[in-house]
Amino acid sequence: MTASHSVEIRNLSKRFGEIAAVDSVTLDIRKGEFFSLLGPSGCGKTTLLRMIGGFELPSAGSIRIDGQDMTRTPPYLRPVNMVFQHYALFPHLTVEENVSFGLRYRKLDRAAQARRVGETLGLVQLSGFEKRKPHELSGGQRQRIALARALALEPEVLLLDEPLGALDQKLRKEVQVQLKHLQRDLGITFIFVTHDQEEALTMSDRIAVMNRGRVEQADDAATVFERPATEFVANFMGASNFFAARVREAGEGVLVLDLAGGGEARIPANGTRYRPSDEVRFVVRPEKLDLRPRDLSRHGVPSVAVTVEERVYQGISTVWIVRDKADERFVVYEQNEKPFEVSSRFAVGSRLYVCWNPKHAVMIRKEEGAL
Amino acid sequence: MIAEGKSSERAPYLLALPTWLVLGGFFLLPLFVLFLISFGQRATYGGLKPIDDLWTYVASGKVLAQYARSFHGIYLQIFWRSIWMAVVTTGLCLLVSYPVAYYIAVVAPERRRNLLLGLVVIPFWTSFLIRTYAWMFILRTEGLANKLLMASGLTSKPLELLYNDFSVLLGLVYGELPFMILPLYASLEKLDLSLLEASADLGAPRQSTFWRVTVPMTMPGIVAGIILVFVPSLGQFIVSDLLGGAKTILAGNLIQNQFAVARNKPFGAAIAFELTAAVLLLLFVYALYTKRKGQDVLL
Repeated sequence: MTASHSVEIRNLSKRFGEIAAVDSVTLDIRKGEFFSLLGPSGCGKTTLLRMIGGFELPSAGSIRIDGQDMTRTPPYLRPVNMVFQHYALFPHLTVEENVSFGLRYRKLDRAAQARRVGETLGLVQLSGFEKRKPHELSGGQRQRIALARALALEPEVLLLDEPLGALDQKLRKEVQVQLKHLQRDLGITFIFVTHDQEEALTMSDRIAVMNRGRVEQADDAATVFERPATEFVANFMGASNFFAARVREAGEGVLVLDLAGGGEARIPANGTRYRPSDEVRFVVRPEKLDLRPRDLSRHGVPSVAVTVEERVYQGISTVWIVRDKADERFVVYEQNEKPFEVSSRFAVGSRLYVCWNPKHAVMIRKEEGAL
Repeated sequence: MIAEGKSSERAPYLLALPTWLVLGGFFLLPLFVLFLISFGQRATYGGLKPIDDLWTYVASGKVLAQYARSFHGIYLQIFWRSIWMAVVTTGLCLLVSYPVAYYIAVVAPERRRNLLLGLVVIPFWTSFLIRTYAWMFILRTEGLANKLLMASGLTSKPLELLYNDFSVLLGLVYGELPFMILPLYASLEKLDLSLLEASADLGAPRQSTFWRVTVPMTMPGIVAGIILVFVPSLGQFIVSDLLGGAKTILAGNLIQNQFAVARNKPFGAAIAFELTAAVLLLLFVYALYTKRKGQDVLL
């Protein structure tokens, strides 16, 4: 509807027999943003991407691309191009012929086509590889040719289906940065499918975390990481410290909670309405938790009594695994800013308190399907 | 240790020995005998005429008499006709088989694939001769095809369906069809479907994808099918004999007649070798062509 959205997805579903691979998804993807669909395998992210590309027909709902309804438009008529997971380069054609494959369907003369191929190969830094066949290239080069082939058509939206999955770790990191730069320079909307949260965080402006065919949360990268909306998102982003509590007072913007592990906490309500005696859960990221020898609740700092179960030294940081009276397990990351002897001040079995800044506690939406 | 090394070097050759014995005893040796016969002359009662003096026999040119004879107009006509029929048969087989193979390999659900392939192979359980006779019963004036056509009111009197080029082509195509479907299936089954999606993604309508991706990607199967159909069609004699009546004579019939009817073994052998040479020449040209294009040579 508005010109600021590249893709508008409304109540989109895809069923394969009994199973809903994508279940009533509504999303707006803005023009020129790097948008990631993040989730574990089988969460429906690839099916959703394939519906945007036109390779799967939706069972229900609609897709608008650049303001036009394209729900049932075949792939060859969509202003969208895809970088396939295993690149799908044409093995019988040279690099040049691969990149110019789609240009034939544009009203471009031969000279213009050749120019476009040259430009695009320059963009992915593979000039001089025109006459090679795909099997003569390395994995990273093939990935760049696949990218060039799609970009040569100057699509409105570029779809990327886990294109870095086949690359080794070091190359992957490099390509992530290159892709992000490329996207920023070209200003094309990128929709990127991945199961790697770090990858999504590195590159994306916004991330939609998917689970069981639904979008659990769609927000900018920092929000998804810092303020997960559901237990699933929290878990998937590696923030698995869940605190159970009962609402004692639901004041103006502030909740007073009785913690299941003992003690009380005052935390921001974040707009959601709660009533006294509601059972709630909130999450605090491991790096936002702190271990203290003394109870600080008198000073307004929420504190839960715990016992140190394990200490894992990881170089940059130390990971503490602690357990409270209700047998709930929490993970605390501590930056090793001080020499190790100092930071290892607590022995396994020590009785301590986990504390946190009330601002860093995030209320979790009630979710029947959560893990 | 040294002795052991030597024996393991010889092992591959020893393992290949049975193959060479079978190939040599049942294929190369008879072929060689036939090759010698092709330089001989027919004796009055159909055997081989003994050669008195090899030198004068070779010098007089009689040694190549059979080959020279085969280049007479009537025989050349038969050769051209045979090549033409084989070309048409191969073309028709390709046209019919591609959609069938495509359906089995790509469109049909995976669990149904083996059943469909089985249906393609089942006719082999019956002798080709018997199946060709069955076609005679279907195509003759009082046959099933004419009865159906007349009952449905499409024609008022029976059509001439048997003993013409139509029936011969039908029989040839029918007989060779599986040899085209199976290699096509094998290469279509290996086709990476994401390539078709990539093509559509890049703007190619379905027809364009077919010609620019599917066909080139399945070229090995197409070529294998063409060779497997063209070569036997060229030497066919049962189909043209039974379904062509006396009117249609192909190179295969000509050769068969020399051995079975005219009892002129040297002439039959000579034409058989000319046919073989023609096929080998074709394959050689094909191999050169693919090598020049830098593709894998199939043969």
